Parts: sequence; structure tokens; C-alpha cells
Amino acid sequence: MFAYLVRRLALMLVTLFGISVIIFVLLRVVPGNIVDILFAAAGYVDQADKANLERELGLDQPIIVQYLKWIGGLLHGDLGYSYVSEKPALDEILPRIPITARLAGLALLFSTSIGIPLGVISAVKQGTRLDYVLRVVSLSGLSLPSFWLGLLILMASVSLFGTMPIFNPNPKTWTEAFAIYCVPALAVGFRSAALTMRITRSSMLEVLRQDYIRTARAKGASNASVNFHHALKNAVLPVITVIGIEAAFLIGGLIVTETVFNIPGVARFLVEAIRWRDYPIVQNLVMLMAVVVVFANFTVDMLYAAVDPRIRYTD
Amino acid sequence: MDAINYDSELRRAGANATEGWRKLVFLGRRHVLGSVGLFFMLLFVLAAAFADLICRFDPLAVDSAHALAHPDARHWMGTDSFGRDVWSRIMHGARISLAVGIGSTALGSSIGVIVGLTSGYLSGWVDLVFQRVTDILQALPLLVLALIMTAALGPSLPNVIIAIAIPLIPTVARVIRANTLALREQPFVEAAKSIGMSETRIALRHVLPNTLAPLIVLATAQLGSTILTEASLSFLGLGIPEPHPSWGRMLSESAAEYVRTAPWLVIFPGIAISLAVFGTNLFGDALRDILDPRQRG
Repeated sequence: MFAYLVRRLALMLVTLFGISVIIFVLLRVVPGNIVDILFAAAGYVDQADKANLERELGLDQPIIVQYLKWIGGLLHGDLGYSYVSEKPALDEILPRIPITARLAGLALLFSTSIGIPLGVISAVKQGTRLDYVLRVVSLSGLSLPSFWLGLLILMASVSLFGTMPIFNPNPKTWTEAFAIYCVPALAVGFRSAALTMRITRSSMLEVLRQDYIRTARAKGASNASVNFHHALKNAVLPVITVIGIEAAFLIGGLIVTETVFNIPGVARFLVEAIRWRDYPIVQNLVMLMAVVVVFANFTVDMLYAAVDPRIRYTD
Repeated sequence: MDAINYDSELRRAGANATEGWRKLVFLGRRHVLGSVGLFFMLLFVLAAAFADLICRFDPLAVDSAHALAHPDARHWMGTDSFGRDVWSRIMHGARISLAVGIGSTALGSSIGVIVGLTSGYLSGWVDLVFQRVTDILQALPLLVLALIMTAALGPSLPNVIIAIAIPLIPTVARVIRANTLALREQPFVEAAKSIGMSETRIALRHVLPNTLAPLIVLATAQLGSTILTEASLSFLGLGIPEPHPSWGRMLSESAAEYVRTAPWLVIFPGIAISLAVFGTNLFGDALRDILDPRQRG
């Protein structure tokens, strides 16, 4: 188990290193850096000024030096400075994390608390009308773009209350907090719930076909006991994987949803930073997202061992 | 892993014909949802093919006298803030969605097949390197990778296709690799080896055709997600550039203003995206049930 853990952690570091290289190189093949954009906006180009600014931002150095500087700083907790606001990137990113984390947590809560029970019901009632309806609903959940769902919610809010929820970092009332966090989280969570439901259903069906389920039924165990006691316990394993997959899935949903609802979280910040060619922000944000996804998958693997006694990691 | 005999599967399911037209009718009746999906997909393809014939207005023609017109007999879905006809923009937008959907799925799948086949067949260090690269690509959310790629390549139709194709490679490569590993141990591969067939020939003539069924299933499943990703990229303003009528672009951030004043600008493009993706998803599910009964669930 210990050897496996070490190997797994080493692989994680390799993955993160690879991501850092890919992101860094991709951002630097972009035609036109921030300096070009600033000067294009100003309308004239003074070559000396331009060179000065490039030197100041360290853009004149070879790409490897720039990369090593970034990684070196990262290890010391120094993320560099935003080109746009000229504030430390850490100060720009940190305050936005709790907002997105709250949204992501709520969305995950919605998706598991709706998706898992519906998936179980759909599997137990396989082939019935109810199963059909639930499958169509989950498939349509996967087909609705979450930004459109967000826009529809805004539209409903305008026609019902005559106003749209506007983000406020310190909601005063419970209803305001609900409008600010739960509504966008529902828009993101709907898609994830659909995904959770599909995977729960197919893993539940897999388990229900097993011999020991037939044995349990033959013993005279009640339907509810078989479904929840015998089957769900074993079906829960693949469902844990879903939560790992959803880490990546949720980030995608959050990017568009934060944009629709105008929420100043990290996900929307990434889009803004990309538009501004604000490399220090973009590369650190992408690293942050990669770390979240990689750790989520790592945690899922460890949870596997904890939940299923049949799995023991040896190497 | 045994090859699936589709004809015997069909006969077991009660089909009295395993050929041609009657087989399709039988499958269509058994998979009603899949047929509905196919119907939506056909509508989508027809809209893309005959966009010029079914639209009375040029999707790019600006008509400021009729800006933000309500839907009526003249403009079936109203007009946008430039007075462009929404119906013809949606019909022409189908072309972009279809081009991106098919283009990036085809590109991503073919590279994925090459990577997966090589990786599974050669094993050793090639496999190890490919595996690490897929790990790296999979650690980034699809939309994030596509965003960075479009930012790096610049917004244009071919670049959006490439940007969406690259995140698809690891998924396809994984499935093809797993299949290749299983197929390599099959007796027919051993037989081919024993009669002196070259490794490349075995890989291309014997292993590759047997991975086609899971590949088709996977590619159809990904078609929907590529269409959605293009819509998201364009919605964020980093996908297909103006003035091209992309569905996502039509819903771009300014749509939040029209939520109050011109809801038709929000409703119709969203319905178009949802129906196209819903259709491909329904069809993909049915295809999986038919081609890959082991995954049936």
C-alpha cells in the first residue's frame, strides 16, 4: 500500500509537471503578447517604450528562463504579478477561490443527492415507463448547455420578480444567499446530476445481474432490502468514480455559469485573463484547476480502497 | 473478448430479416428513442445542407430599420440588434455546428486511433510515453484545454476544430488501446503471426477493424459534446468569430441584456443547440445498445 502511494504521488507530480510545460508553451506561441495589445490600444508604437515594457515584464528572456522563474516562484508561493492589474497574482486569485468552491460544493451536493437516488430508481424499474422518462430526462440534462439553462433562469426571474439576481459577496438575507449561490449551482448541478444518474443506473444494473442478488432474492429477502442493502452498497463504487470525473466536468460548467450570472469566481476569471493575455493569471489558474482534478482522482482511488475491501493496492 | 455476431444477436431479438431495409425497420422499431434521435439529426443535417433554400434572408445582411423585431410572418424568429434574421442565422449556424462536430470528432478520433493502436500494439516505452501524455491531457477539463488552445491558435473555424479535437484524443486512445491489448491475445492474431504476416499488417488488417464498433459508439457519443463545446467557446467569445452565425455566439454574453427586452434571441438558438445535441445523444445511446451489447445498461 505504501509503495503504491509513493508511486501514485510520483505519477501525479509527473502529470502536473507535464501540464505546466504544455500550458506555458501554448501561451507563448500565441501571436501577440500583452505588450502588443496595450500598444495597439494606444494606437502608436514607440519601439523603445515597447522594449522597456517587455524587459520589465520579463518577456524578453528566453522561454526556458521564463518557465524556470515561474516554477521557482510557484514553489515559494510567489505566483508573479498580473499584467493587467499589476497586483500579485496570488492576491487576485485567492479571494475568488471561496466563491467558486462554494458553488462547486453546492453543485456537487445537488448532483449526488438528485442523481444517485434517481439512478437507483431507474435501474430497479428498468424497462418501465418511469425508467424511460428518467432516461430521457437525464439525456436532455446532458444536452442542455448550462449557459442556456442559466439564461432561461434569468429570464424566468425577470418575468416573475421583475429583476435578476446580482452577485453580492456578503449576502444579507437568506433569500439573497439562495439566489446568489443556490440558483447558479442548480444550473451547473443539473448537468452533473444527469451524468451521475446515468452512471449510477448502469452500475446498479450491472450489480443487479450478479448471482448473489439472485441468491438474496431466493432466500426471500424483500425487494427494498435487496435493492438498497445488497445492490446499492456494491454499486456505490463506480459512483465514487463519477465524483472524480465530475471535478473536471464541473469546472467546465462553472466557467460558463459564472459568466452568465456575472459571478466573480476563479472560473470566470480564467476567461477574462485569457482575453487579456494575462499569462501569469492564466497559467496559475490552469495549474490550480489541474491540481484540483488530479487530487480529486487521487482521492477517489484512495476512497476505493477504503470502501471496497476487495481492493488492496499492492505493487 | 469475443467478436459479436450481429446477425445471431438480431435473430435472438426476434428479427425475421438480417438484411437491408427490413433490418433497419426492425432496429428502428425496437429503439424508438434512437429513431427520434436520428430524426433530429436528419433535421440538423438537412438544415445545414439546404440553409440557402429555406431562408429568405441573408444571415449576414444588416437591416437596422428592423433591428430587434419581434417574431412575425416576415421574420419567423425575429431579428437581432443588427436587424439580422434569426431564423436564417440559426439555419446557417447548423453548418458551423455540423462542421465543428464532424470535423473535430473525425480529427480527434483518427489521431486517437493511431495513438491507441500504436500504444497497445507496441507496448514498452512507446506505450509508457503515450500513457503519460494522455494522463496529462485528461487532467485538464475539456473546456479549459479547448479555451487555451483557441487562445493559442487564434479564433477561426479550422482552429476551433483543432482546439476541440485535441482534448478528445486521450479518451479515444484509451478505449482503442484497451481493445487492442485484448485483441492481441486472440487466436486469429496468433494464426496471422504464424503464417508470417507482418506486425503492421496484422495491426491494420486484423486488429483495427475489430475496434471499429466501440470506436463508432464513442465517436457518436462525442459528437454531442463537441457541438456543446463549440457553443460554449463561442458563447465565451473565444470560438467562431463574428459575423459567422454560430449558435453559441448568438447567445454570447450580450444575451443577458436581451433576457429582458428580446427573449427570442435567447430562446431559439438555445433550442437549436439542445435539439442537435439531444438528437445525437439519443442516437448514440441506441447505437451503443446495438453495436456493443456488452455495454448495454
